[in-house]
Amino acid sequence: MSEITYLPGHEPHPRETRRIFRNIDRAGYNPSIDCFLADGGYETLKKAIQMKPEDVIAEVKKSGLRGRGGAGFPTGVKWTFIPKGNTKPVYLVCNCDESEPGTFKDRFVVHQDPHQLIEGLVIACYAVQAHFAVIYMREEFPEGAKIVRQAIREAEEHGFLGQNILGSGFDLKLILHRGAGAYICGEETGLINSIEGVRPYPRIKPPFFPAAIGLYGCPTIVNNVESLCQVRQVMMRGAEAYAAEGAQRSPGTRIIGVSGDVKRPGYYEIVSGSMTYGELLYDVCGGPRDGRKFKAIIPGGASAKVMRCDEVLKAKNPDGSVKEMSVFDIPLDLDSIAQHGSMSGSGGVIVMDDSRSMPKMLNNLNRFFAWESCGQCTPCREGNPWMYKLSTRICEGKGAPEDVDLLKSVADNICGRTVCAFGEACSWPTQAFTTKFQEEFLALTKPINAAKPHNPETAAAQKFLTRED
Amino acid sequence: MSTQPAILPKDEAAAEGKVNVQINGKWYRFPKGTRIADACNSVGAHVPCFCYHPKLSIAGSCRMCLVEQGMPPRLAPGAEPVYNADGYQTISWMPRAVIACANTVAENMGIRTDSPLTQDARRGVLEFLLTNHPLDCPICDQAGECKLQEYTADYGRGTHRFTEAKIKKGKNISIGERVNMDQERCVLCRRCVRFMKEIVGEEVLGVVGRGGHNAIACHPGKRLDSNYSLNTTDLCPVGALTSKDFRFKMRVWFLKSTPTIDVNCGTGTNINIWTREQQVYRITPRQNDEVNSCWMPDNHRLNYKYINADTRLLHPLVRTDAEAPQRKAAMAPTLNMVSTQISKCDADQLAVVASARMTNEELYLTRQLVDMLGITKYDVVPRKGESDNMLIAEDRNPNTTGSKLILGRDGSGLQNIFDGVRSGAIRALIVLNEDVVAAGLSADDLKGLDYLLCVSHNVDGTTPHADVVLPGSTFAEKYGTMINVTGRIQRLNRAIEPPGKAMDTWEILRYLLVRFGCDNEMITACPSARHLFDLLAGEYEPLQGLTWGAIGNQGRQVIETGVTIPLIEREKAKK
Repeated sequence: MSEITYLPGHEPHPRETRRIFRNIDRAGYNPSIDCFLADGGYETLKKAIQMKPEDVIAEVKKSGLRGRGGAGFPTGVKWTFIPKGNTKPVYLVCNCDESEPGTFKDRFVVHQDPHQLIEGLVIACYAVQAHFAVIYMREEFPEGAKIVRQAIREAEEHGFLGQNILGSGFDLKLILHRGAGAYICGEETGLINSIEGVRPYPRIKPPFFPAAIGLYGCPTIVNNVESLCQVRQVMMRGAEAYAAEGAQRSPGTRIIGVSGDVKRPGYYEIVSGSMTYGELLYDVCGGPRDGRKFKAIIPGGASAKVMRCDEVLKAKNPDGSVKEMSVFDIPLDLDSIAQHGSMSGSGGVIVMDDSRSMPKMLNNLNRFFAWESCGQCTPCREGNPWMYKLSTRICEGKGAPEDVDLLKSVADNICGRTVCAFGEACSWPTQAFTTKFQEEFLALTKPINAAKPHNPETAAAQKFLTRED
Repeated sequence: MSTQPAILPKDEAAAEGKVNVQINGKWYRFPKGTRIADACNSVGAHVPCFCYHPKLSIAGSCRMCLVEQGMPPRLAPGAEPVYNADGYQTISWMPRAVIACANTVAENMGIRTDSPLTQDARRGVLEFLLTNHPLDCPICDQAGECKLQEYTADYGRGTHRFTEAKIKKGKNISIGERVNMDQERCVLCRRCVRFMKEIVGEEVLGVVGRGGHNAIACHPGKRLDSNYSLNTTDLCPVGALTSKDFRFKMRVWFLKSTPTIDVNCGTGTNINIWTREQQVYRITPRQNDEVNSCWMPDNHRLNYKYINADTRLLHPLVRTDAEAPQRKAAMAPTLNMVSTQISKCDADQLAVVASARMTNEELYLTRQLVDMLGITKYDVVPRKGESDNMLIAEDRNPNTTGSKLILGRDGSGLQNIFDGVRSGAIRALIVLNEDVVAAGLSADDLKGLDYLLCVSHNVDGTTPHADVVLPGSTFAEKYGTMINVTGRIQRLNRAIEPPGKAMDTWEILRYLLVRFGCDNEMITACPSARHLFDLLAGEYEPLQGLTWGAIGNQGRQVIETGVTIPLIEREKAKK
């Protein structure tokens, strides 16, 4: 392939491997189909549509591709959950509700290279024999919506969508559905409810996957934007070549979005497991800002548990001996960091240096989760505002030391008791921040505050209850 | 390796279509598909629920019913399951609690409702529910029958950990003609939303706001004015939805509930009457899956005011002269007088207008009366309306089926009697529990009669024209049976005593029969309606062998009428 030039200031780092982001910020590239076709676009679709659908699924399964939405579930396996002997229509939904704070990978795909998503999506639809597909795009991408709509029109004009795609007899109708600005719509069953036009309350589990009962009660596959682009990569390069690259249990490339206190924040596409967090932050991102030290990392979007940079972690060597390491020594793949109590999630790495107050960071996250809780189930609906109010009070210096324990206890009461994974997402930050940075929280509290009324309502109540004569 | 029994319990259970479930260490058998919550409650392992209601879809959102659950360990490929001496596999417990309302039992499943995990989950969820709750039990109408209050007694901490400002929501909102809402008390179980959508089929209620600001509200431009709206107040586990009719009237713990049936239409909806000191305060539906499920229409529910109204007849009223006013009289002399006066009437010129609102026992005595006096002109007042395609039957009389069976009349001959009154062929009229003026006769028609006897519980259009009025009883004061439109016999139970000198209608009829010289001791010495039912059961073929006790609180199907109740049919079709 010809040499690719990127816009000045947007050149990839030498340690990057650009596959999904091959055309992002590329000089002379625009989202039109002409650019995409000139770059070898839709060739993979032509190849895949000649195969049997089962073979496409087998190929994706063999590649070991894991979903990029955050949970890391094997994509090919998910596709096989459609019930055998199913007579209902199958739907495919592309989850483009990228709303996890710290994550910004899908937005580049839909804004700059939408056709690779459409190509991957058509291949996936062909594999699961879905004739109707939806791209569910968050409200905050108004430009992206225009671009994707235009791309769908172009793909239809070129016969990559619509009736009898490329003469194969396969039909596919693709529509774009806009969300209205809610984090919970990224939860796949909440997303399905949103498409159906009802309140986007996540559905109760089981069924654990909408592949059994999904959109309008029919089998539905929900895949992330990056996952579908990766499907295209699998079919383009072959399952074996794909599986050979990167970490054994999470092959392929990953897009990492680094934000926060580093010299060069931004997106980086790297081969999974090819570097550690330390290499990413120091070598690729240029290290901390001048005169600063890294203090903490949230490794996989806002809901992942925070990691302390000076924490001593213990890991087992292959020979069974225990080695001591720091968070910077953990490889950047899907599983390694999970062994140390966090998760690599959607690849949004949030970095905080020693200028940051951890209680204030947590308060910021709590505000987000309190606002975004859908309110369906009790622990999340009632627990999130409570956590937010508690952390706010601690940050204002009106907290007592007991409040820190209370904050942790409230989070413990949410975790594992909710309808959807939001319960974990909202309670993990609080659990991790209050445990790992307890001293910072305690420093903000004053024992005397325990007896003091801290809001007008309680003050009024206390006045009423205590006789002043 | 432990020895295992020859026949495994799982195979025994499978033969019965059941599964073995361990609840708190003991093994039980339940039919396949039983919900964990129902299974636990049926063996006394109580599972608290807010959002779960057996007649509504599963929401699974209150999270109060979390229980610890375990299953046998998943086997490695090729491995054989291992059974202990009792024939069960060991249970590996899951670290995460599951909701008992949405999940069903499975073979060799283990449930713990008393474990630390379960108890912890319940305490945690309950604490959350109380954080933004106004805690206004002293002024809340639901107090005493509030699930939140009950569960707080069971799982509450006793002290508050939440000291922040509470989220403010709407209070005292009139969301319908009969229902008031307090959004702060709401636990957002959405039972009301699901009821309106799934049972009534009107999408009126929904949830607005996000997160902690979630609140139930009516859709724009709509109000909760359905004729079934008050069922939402029964469904509401807390004091968020309250009945405008009942709120602030009485503390529920002072009320006594009596199971009986509704008499406003042929369905015979099963109800509870809630009373205190001879006063009826409210009526709520009682579950009967063959008659009314768990619901009842509002207009029937609220039609109880006449029971304690000022218009109740408390004494016999007698008019001694055509132009004289009615005067209060004592019961015994009035009955004597009535029997003498009726005996003087010519049987051909005497007619009886009975009522299909009377119980079978009353109709039976009416039958004895007309047979004894040789009266041939007798009938009941028919009442027809439109069915609402839910619970209200076309036939607005509660006991037309009983009237057909016992009296042999269904109201088709009433006009002949009225014509007879108008033409003068009928000179005397006995009206039992009916208002013939409302049924079509005019006051002038009644003035033309020589003699008019009324047995009635309230002053109505007819009683002012009567020569003698005997005070009868309302359905709330009666023991008796009625047969509904589908042919189901059901019992009425006495919730309050008849006021003043008022008497059960069957007793009035019995006294009259005694005075007319009835010689059947079974009737003349009959001490209660229940004994009359035994007579009925001996005499009428469909009731053969039936006893008062066998009817029970759920009734018995005795006649095939072919009539169905639309709501019940829909519910059965759903299963």
